[in-house]
Amino acid sequence: MTRTDLAIIGAGPAGMEAAATAREAGLSVLLIDEQPEPGGQIWRAIERNTTHRPDSLAFLGPDYAAGRARTERFRSSGAGYWPSAMVWHLDSPPEGEKTVVVAWDGVTRQVQARAVLIATGAMERPVPVPGWTLPGVMTIGAAQTLLKSSGLYPDAPLVLAGCGPLLLLFAAQCQAAGIPVAAVLDTTPPGAAMRGLPFLPQALLLGWRTLLKGHRLMRVLARSGIPVYRHVRELEAHGTEHVERVRFVSGGQPVELEATTLLLHEGVVPNPQLTRLIGCEHRWNVAQRCFHPVLSDRGETSVPSVFVAGDGGGIGGALAAEHAGRIAALEIAEELGAVNRPSGDIEIVKARDHLRAEMAVRPLLDALYPPPAWIGKLDGDVPVCRCEDVSARAVRGAAVDGAPGPNQAKAFLRAGMGPCQGRMCGLTVTEILADAHDKKPDEIGYYRIRPPIKPVTVGELAALDGPD
Amino acid sequence: MYRRLPDPRTRAVRFTFEGATLSAQDGDSVAAALLAAGIGHSRTTPKSGAARAPYCMMGVCFECLIEIDGIPNRQGCLVTVRDGMDVRRQLGAPGLPGDAVGEGSE
Repeated sequence: MTRTDLAIIGAGPAGMEAAATAREAGLSVLLIDEQPEPGGQIWRAIERNTTHRPDSLAFLGPDYAAGRARTERFRSSGAGYWPSAMVWHLDSPPEGEKTVVVAWDGVTRQVQARAVLIATGAMERPVPVPGWTLPGVMTIGAAQTLLKSSGLYPDAPLVLAGCGPLLLLFAAQCQAAGIPVAAVLDTTPPGAAMRGLPFLPQALLLGWRTLLKGHRLMRVLARSGIPVYRHVRELEAHGTEHVERVRFVSGGQPVELEATTLLLHEGVVPNPQLTRLIGCEHRWNVAQRCFHPVLSDRGETSVPSVFVAGDGGGIGGALAAEHAGRIAALEIAEELGAVNRPSGDIEIVKARDHLRAEMAVRPLLDALYPPPAWIGKLDGDVPVCRCEDVSARAVRGAAVDGAPGPNQAKAFLRAGMGPCQGRMCGLTVTEILADAHDKKPDEIGYYRIRPPIKPVTVGELAALDGPD
Repeated sequence: MYRRLPDPRTRAVRFTFEGATLSAQDGDSVAAALLAAGIGHSRTTPKSGAARAPYCMMGVCFECLIEIDGIPNRQGCLVTVRDGMDVRRQLGAPGLPGDAVGEGSE
């Protein structure tokens, strides 16, 4: 048994900043992360790249390189740190201490904490196009992880398909690293300028730095010579054992291209597993087409003393995540009566201002790069649940057979019952059922998530750490 | 299928996949090491037996589930490859003796 004032789950921008801030306030902090190195997805392998592959910082870009100062701040904060540790349960009674249950180093350990901060970030929205289960089809984030963590990149021909800032960033990183990209299939629907216009003034006023960055990335792509297909729809991956070609419609014309790797990206959504596990209230975000936990302006969920900061609470990006992490840590320090917070209130006001400014650009981004509306309309053979090979047609059939929501569909079909526990199919099943029943996603709901939320061996269960 | 940017400062790691010795680099995840070695698929699904390879590389898709040193259902993208590791493809649903219980939520 380990005791701490604050347990933080996730070592990305929100978790690291919260850990450092809470330490400054005088709290004891334990940060638990499933990756072997701190930095989260955005700053994956930043420490190793700084020492072993300094050249990579040049093509990964300044926003990536900025992560080094962040991991240094975290490392020197005095916070406890368990890397490569799997949180598989969180017991969070409304009153009293919370228990984080962690498999670490072959043993299950229980962490008693007065407050918990969930900083588990985002995941890329699953993109269930025909052929998406073929080896060689993965997310843009997956390829970016391979590049950051291992210096690996896919052989030609490499095709990128999707919509949103990460696609532009990765295309620019490939360009800077000399990695050939055969084509970019831009799935952004026509009319972006009209959609974005109403949100432009606010974005310009407070988020001009972000807009400038986006503009730079678009210019890199435009000058790269990479063929860009616009308004792409009806994307399909084809191949027998592995992806070999992609087919799609662009400008009303069918196109077929060779591809040995197809990378998909349709934005990011909160990773819902922990907040769902503890049963906190969630709400559907219409603009981002995903659920997020309902948070107070302190960052607290509907479960007392459990907070969320960063993209896990709603998508805002790395800088917003850091501000949210700082706010949550200062609020927790206040709640726990931490000793060392001479200017806590001023700090919170400042952090809130920063967060507001960082979020100002979000409505424009949501309008420019709308999440795919076709997911809710899916039907036919396309696999929705990858683990149990459940098709869109089957999910629609379950609706006809009387399944009102995902949990009944799960009982009918086993969708969401495989190892990923619905991470890959949850949003899609909710959207299809909402469409089939002509209801709102909030009325349809989401899978109930139960522990263990990560694979645990009997050995790890048996080797439970004892009391102090 | 994959190429690697020049990396003279990183140590090589040797592990086995299905009994054959493969080379990776220090710091690679098991999933990355297999992709780098040109391994097309790392598991098959329990229901249709379809071949699968990593999709997300960040611990959410569970397509990289693999047997490492006799323990099935390990997330290959979250385990760092080590010298002498014995890695095997996970075919269908792993049997009980391997003792993984973390599957499903109902």
